[in-house]
Amino acid sequence: MGLLSLFVFSPIVGLVLISLLSNNSSPKIVQRYALIGGFIPLIVSWIVYFIYQRNNRLAENFSWFSYETDSRTLVIDYELELNGFRLALLLLTTLIVTLSILASVKDIKKNPKLFYQWLFILELGMLGVFASDNMFLFFFFFELTLIPMFFLIGKWGHVEREETAYKYLIYNGLGSAVLLIAIVAVFIQAGNANFEAVKDYMSTMDDQAYQIGVIVAFLVAFGVKLPIVPLHSWMVNVHVYAPPAVVMIHAGVLLKIGAYGLLQFGAGMFPETFPLLAVTLAVLGLINLLYGAFLALIQDDLRKVFAYASVSHMGIILLGIAGMNTAGYQGAIFQTISHGLISALLFYLVGVLINRTSTTNLEKLGGLWTTAPVLSGFFLAAALAGLGLPGMSGFVSEFMAFLGVFENLPVFGAIGIIGIILTAVYFLRAILNISFGKRKGKALDKMTDLRNLELLPAGVLLAFIILIGVYPDSLGQLLQITLETFVAGMGG
Amino acid sequence: MDLETLLSFKWSIMAPEFTILITGVIVSLQDLFYGNKRLSSWLSILGVLLAIAFLSTQYQHESVSILYDTYIFDEVTFFFKIILLTGTLLILLMTSPSWDEETERVRGDFHYLLLAALLGGMIVVSSGDVITLYAGLELLSISSYIMVGIRKYNRNANEGAMKYIITGSLASAVTLFGLSYIYGLTGTTNLFDISREMSAIDTQLEPLAILGFVITFVGLTFKISTVPFHMWTPDVYQGASTPVAAFLSVVSKAAGFILIARMLIIAFTAEPGLEQGTVYEYGVGLIAVLAALTMIVGNTVALRQRNMKRLFAYSSIAHAGYLLIPLAALTSFSLETIWFYLLAYMLMNIGAFAVLHVLIQNHANEDMSIFSGLYHRSPVLTVMMTIFLASLAGIPGTAGFIGKFNIFLGALSADPARYVLAGIMVATTVISYVYYFNILVQMYSRPAEKHANLQVPAITWVTVGFCTLGTVLFGIFPNLPLQFFNW
Repeated sequence: MGLLSLFVFSPIVGLVLISLLSNNSSPKIVQRYALIGGFIPLIVSWIVYFIYQRNNRLAENFSWFSYETDSRTLVIDYELELNGFRLALLLLTTLIVTLSILASVKDIKKNPKLFYQWLFILELGMLGVFASDNMFLFFFFFELTLIPMFFLIGKWGHVEREETAYKYLIYNGLGSAVLLIAIVAVFIQAGNANFEAVKDYMSTMDDQAYQIGVIVAFLVAFGVKLPIVPLHSWMVNVHVYAPPAVVMIHAGVLLKIGAYGLLQFGAGMFPETFPLLAVTLAVLGLINLLYGAFLALIQDDLRKVFAYASVSHMGIILLGIAGMNTAGYQGAIFQTISHGLISALLFYLVGVLINRTSTTNLEKLGGLWTTAPVLSGFFLAAALAGLGLPGMSGFVSEFMAFLGVFENLPVFGAIGIIGIILTAVYFLRAILNISFGKRKGKALDKMTDLRNLELLPAGVLLAFIILIGVYPDSLGQLLQITLETFVAGMGG
Repeated sequence: MDLETLLSFKWSIMAPEFTILITGVIVSLQDLFYGNKRLSSWLSILGVLLAIAFLSTQYQHESVSILYDTYIFDEVTFFFKIILLTGTLLILLMTSPSWDEETERVRGDFHYLLLAALLGGMIVVSSGDVITLYAGLELLSISSYIMVGIRKYNRNANEGAMKYIITGSLASAVTLFGLSYIYGLTGTTNLFDISREMSAIDTQLEPLAILGFVITFVGLTFKISTVPFHMWTPDVYQGASTPVAAFLSVVSKAAGFILIARMLIIAFTAEPGLEQGTVYEYGVGLIAVLAALTMIVGNTVALRQRNMKRLFAYSSIAHAGYLLIPLAALTSFSLETIWFYLLAYMLMNIGAFAVLHVLIQNHANEDMSIFSGLYHRSPVLTVMMTIFLASLAGIPGTAGFIGKFNIFLGALSADPARYVLAGIMVATTVISYVYYFNILVQMYSRPAEKHANLQVPAITWVTVGFCTLGTVLFGIFPNLPLQFFNW
């Protein structure tokens, strides 16, 4: 067992810790242990970060199993390997999971023990997804996130929680079904499941129709997760009905698997063929961007506004990828991380708000500023980050993504700019609505502001958002090598 | 046949079969004279353990053929017998403590029937001749009919047994009819001779050969409960006691699959890698269609079931559909795939049935609600059941996932690649998520009907624990069984 495996499986410590507690322990005690359990992967992830910074390489490899056919051997090994992109996502995961445990303190009253058990299994799955260096292992962990997420939505969610959980299950199940077909189809051709090995094999293969077919399958599979517009309806439900602490993870990390998968499986394995899909991706990205933005404009529920904002922001990732150049990819990756932080912050605040007012309906909220200035201040800051205010992470990502698109597909870039304007409109509309105006409802009158420990998650997330905004290189220098490998293989 | 030839056979290779036979006789005599059911149970467990011990000495033994090629021993028979014996052992362990009133009221007991059925299955596995194959099949079938009907005070059991025996004998007759064509064409009952004759068959006679194959195959599909001969399954499972249902869905089905695989691979010269027989080429279309229909019907009808035994009946139909795919897409690792899947299926299904057995006895009810609130009543059992269900649904980390992955890999790497079948398989797998997850929701999210902690007999933990261990171990280290298979 190397360091990476220890890291990936470190949530098991929390799982065991929680399982050892008696069934009657009070929620407080359970939460305390869950927090300890959450800090372990967080600490390990930063140790991994510093070691990676020193060595610039961290990998693990064991032979796992293989199949003998008539003429050759199909090999599946247990391979973990880090690169900058993966490391950034891993750090994001451990951070958001820990903050989500903090956020869940007031949210999860029913059966907290089970909640944290599922949460740690989910974390294990997510860490595995981002650390694995082969398709099979990726899929292995990818599917592992399915059951815990199903329960986290279905048992602890709001109103339509079970319908949402089944919807989540079916959509994502079908997505992984397509993914599995594509992975096996590639695996049989290449004889190895390793990303690098597949890439080498594909560069020598001429059958372009086959490659495009596989890439389209990957696009559909990760399009469910990202989500790409016609496949998005499950994700809006999850945003609205899952408990906010879970949505932090869902919007902050799980959706990012879609972006990561698209880059790793598309650009990472088919560097020569992938650019052929630039226009398709750009069209899909535009649709996502504009469709999400327009719908976010007319929602009367804060959670729905943020849900469609996520759809819209995913469009920017697609546009960035469609640029098919360093700037575009870098923008897409920055947007991935940045949106993870921003949406986690937004839903953390939504959780705090629900706790106090038990509603997120825009018509029932107003004048938050008068009783809870700090909370509404954070809301405003998060919204400004989301709409891409310079000095915050959203701006850097959008800027680079559009830089990439304008270089290759200026028309799409020009149309996309409309989306940016709309983003400002819907974010400000929603936030101004709840913050200012006449104070509404009794709950708001005696509402308490963010205090003590509650400030911590919001503060930490905002700090990272600003750090990336002011000093983009803090993230950028991690990504350099990854970007070079993505772009290097492209012909011309 | 004089004494000398008789003694010249290497009888020791049949030691597992003899052990089962002798145990069966002892258990039936014991039942006749003492009628101690507990003793029967322990004797049977001991007998099967002994048979497993004998079998394990034959690991990596060279291929042997005795009794004029009617009994063969090769690696395939060895590996599939492991499944039959282990499966029966687990089922015996699961039944042993369960002496409810109903079993007490019934005279005679099912232990020697179970052993007889097991013996039938083992003979099916080892047969090199159509006659012994059929004899083994009938031994398996007739014992199963009685086992289903043994709860004679239960209406469902009577109905199930009646349906089972009528459709079952019809299927046997059909099989025999089909075999008669094959005999007529080749003039031999030996599988290897049939294979040789079939490969050199006159093109004019080919339609007849195809007809013979189709009729035989259709008759045999009854045992593995594939569409259209699946109708009996839910009724019979519902009528049979839970262990018997487990036996039918695992051991009896495994024997059926081996039978079909043997007929297909030996008799119709569909030797993987070699040139495939014409009959196989025609037959394979039929198998593919049946596989697709079985997966679709099994998985969609299961969605509507509330009775747990009926749900697992449809689930077992669906799994039979998955298992037909390696036969429709023969590659050099088809047998390995079938074997691994049956192994995984044995572990996860018997585990699930064992949990089901405990709950059905606790509630005297078979509705899905018996699972409600199980997490609060017995967390450990719930986690184990979750693992079985995850495995049945094909979630990674479990043997069921690796099993499905193997089938999938085989389907896509076969020549021609079976994209449609593979597509149907993953799509129906997603459908199956819904009904397996329904049970999970019951266990974790619904309030319990009974609040007392669930009492689980100690020996049931052995079965459930063994199955959990196997399911997880083979799911994470699939190389263990796969290397074991390629000795």
